[in-house]
Amino acid sequence: MNNGLLQVEELRLHYRTTQGVVQAVDGVTFSLAPRQALAVLGESGCGKSSLARAILRLLPRNVEVYDGCVRVNGLNVMPLDEEQFRRDVRWSKISIVMQAAMNALNPVLRVADQVIEPLLVHQDQQHDAALARVRDVFQMVGVPLDFMARYAFELSGGMRQRVVLAMALVLNPSLVLLDEPTSALDVLTQANIMNVLKRIKKDTSTSFILITHDIATSSELADQVAVMYAGQLVEISDAARFFREPLHPYSQKLMASVPRLRDDTKLEYIPGRPPSLIALPRGCRFAPRCLQRFAKCDQDPPMIHTEDGRQVRCWLYE
Amino acid sequence: MKNSTLLSVRHLHTWHELRQRVFGRAGSVRAVDGVTFDLSEGETIAVVGESGCGKSSLAKTILGLYRPTQGEIVFQGQPIHAANAATLRWYRRQVGFVQQDPYGALPPFMNVHRILAEPLIIHGIRKAQREERIREVLEEVKLVPLTDFITKFPHMLSGGQQQRVVIARAILLRPQLIVADEPVSMLDASVRVEILELLRNLQSAHRLAVIYITHDLSVVRHFSERIFVMYGGKIVEKGRVADLLRNPLHPYTRALLRAIPDADAANAETDRDVPPGEPPSLLNPPQGCRFHPRCPLVMPGLCDALEPPEFEPEPLHLTLCWLYKDAKP
Repeated sequence: MNNGLLQVEELRLHYRTTQGVVQAVDGVTFSLAPRQALAVLGESGCGKSSLARAILRLLPRNVEVYDGCVRVNGLNVMPLDEEQFRRDVRWSKISIVMQAAMNALNPVLRVADQVIEPLLVHQDQQHDAALARVRDVFQMVGVPLDFMARYAFELSGGMRQRVVLAMALVLNPSLVLLDEPTSALDVLTQANIMNVLKRIKKDTSTSFILITHDIATSSELADQVAVMYAGQLVEISDAARFFREPLHPYSQKLMASVPRLRDDTKLEYIPGRPPSLIALPRGCRFAPRCLQRFAKCDQDPPMIHTEDGRQVRCWLYE
Repeated sequence: MKNSTLLSVRHLHTWHELRQRVFGRAGSVRAVDGVTFDLSEGETIAVVGESGCGKSSLAKTILGLYRPTQGEIVFQGQPIHAANAATLRWYRRQVGFVQQDPYGALPPFMNVHRILAEPLIIHGIRKAQREERIREVLEEVKLVPLTDFITKFPHMLSGGQQQRVVIARAILLRPQLIVADEPVSMLDASVRVEILELLRNLQSAHRLAVIYITHDLSVVRHFSERIFVMYGGKIVEKGRVADLLRNPLHPYTRALLRAIPDADAANAETDRDVPPGEPPSLLNPPQGCRFHPRCPLVMPGLCDALEPPEFEPEPLHLTLCWLYKDAKP
């Protein structure tokens, strides 16, 4: 195994519900090098947010299965107890910008007081030193310094999103998980935030995992792309080749459903619906909706490594 | 080429008055501030703009949910802006509304049958015809087999199915105009295409006129004939889709188009060009052109002093921008 920043092996996260066990993350394996951005693409309900939660061990109470291996800088963090994990990994090594976090800022705290909190808790810093760091981070994400004393409701959506991003960056983590960071924002604000992320990626050594259903926007940041379907990764590829010619039939269909501003190709959609994560089909999970299925698709396809260094979970590439 | 005019909007203003405490007036939010356009029968237009530009207020004013502060709305020759209750009732049968958030738009305590029966009851349609019509629309929006859906409550349906129920409700009374406010923004990419296709099929099957309100320009291309770009309560550019995408006139439209990525790995290498600042407050909009504080091509002394009138540098392609003051179509 390479000495990547993050290695995830056979990660599983299943939830217990009254209807049965939801297999939200079901054997996910990938690795991420420093200074890289990985985009995890998938439709709602494919388990992509659960994957983020599984990496950061932010688990609800109804967990049925949680196993596999998550290595951060080579160290397996799964055996750590909750206190060690909180102290040494969560936020200091890996932080997250949750979906719609900008609407979850504490309404009665000034934004700087909220961003400063991880510094006081994790690094036991003096207030003044911590405040200087907050000032730096605000500058990095492009929040004017006179906004530091404002409350969340006094800021626009784009500014609130920057504040949330500042919160994730304040401890200088090696990896930031971004769960739909721009999906609630306007086009221009979205472009602004992506510019900020690109700059941070260039100027610091932070890596990103960008979880989104917005394929066009994901191309703004991604070096690598992983496509998730029904709890599994079905394709891992470098961005350049993925956006030009995705391999997996699901990825191809997904790309064909993206409206493009600059050409007139007819949009397609994928007939049927993703399978329920409670009752998964046997064999390939996409087979019931796949136009290219054949006899072998009744068996579960493994992740196949192609000769040109991409990975795809489809018998077509055997 | 032109069909007969279905809806004609003239100098429409919708201002929301803000009150402070009980008596004090804090001013007005000028959500729609002088909008003029015509819509032909069976035509599809898209109104594009960022949040807070007034596009939803425009939709609701056209639907008769807000009373315009000033200006005229004429539907098939009938003035709507100052209509009496009977005319409004007639008008509401002619226009359907597809809301943005299907889950929020469907009453959670009613099943699909009840949701669809309600408008028919209100408009006095007999029971036998009601059942017939409900069956028809459910088939039209492809919620088949009927028996699977008719007793379901909204929370039992997927987002795409919920949106189909909303669409079914909108076409229930055989309207001539549909106002769709971000009908697919809450849906996944592949479902989005499915719903757009459904809307388009219904539109051509019934010769429906559609006003499609959205912030997503890349979807518009596949759906409408004309685009209106809205900024700060005004329509700053109007044109046919192809013209507007090929030759965007207003600096704001250009900025919008530049900000939209197409999926391409090269995007990661370059920064997007975004105008500085944020959209204006509609409570106290800037003097002159509302885009001038952010405009890269601002002409001091003109743009910040006088509101630009509508210029037509290309046939049927209009814009509110001083850059085109000498241009001839």
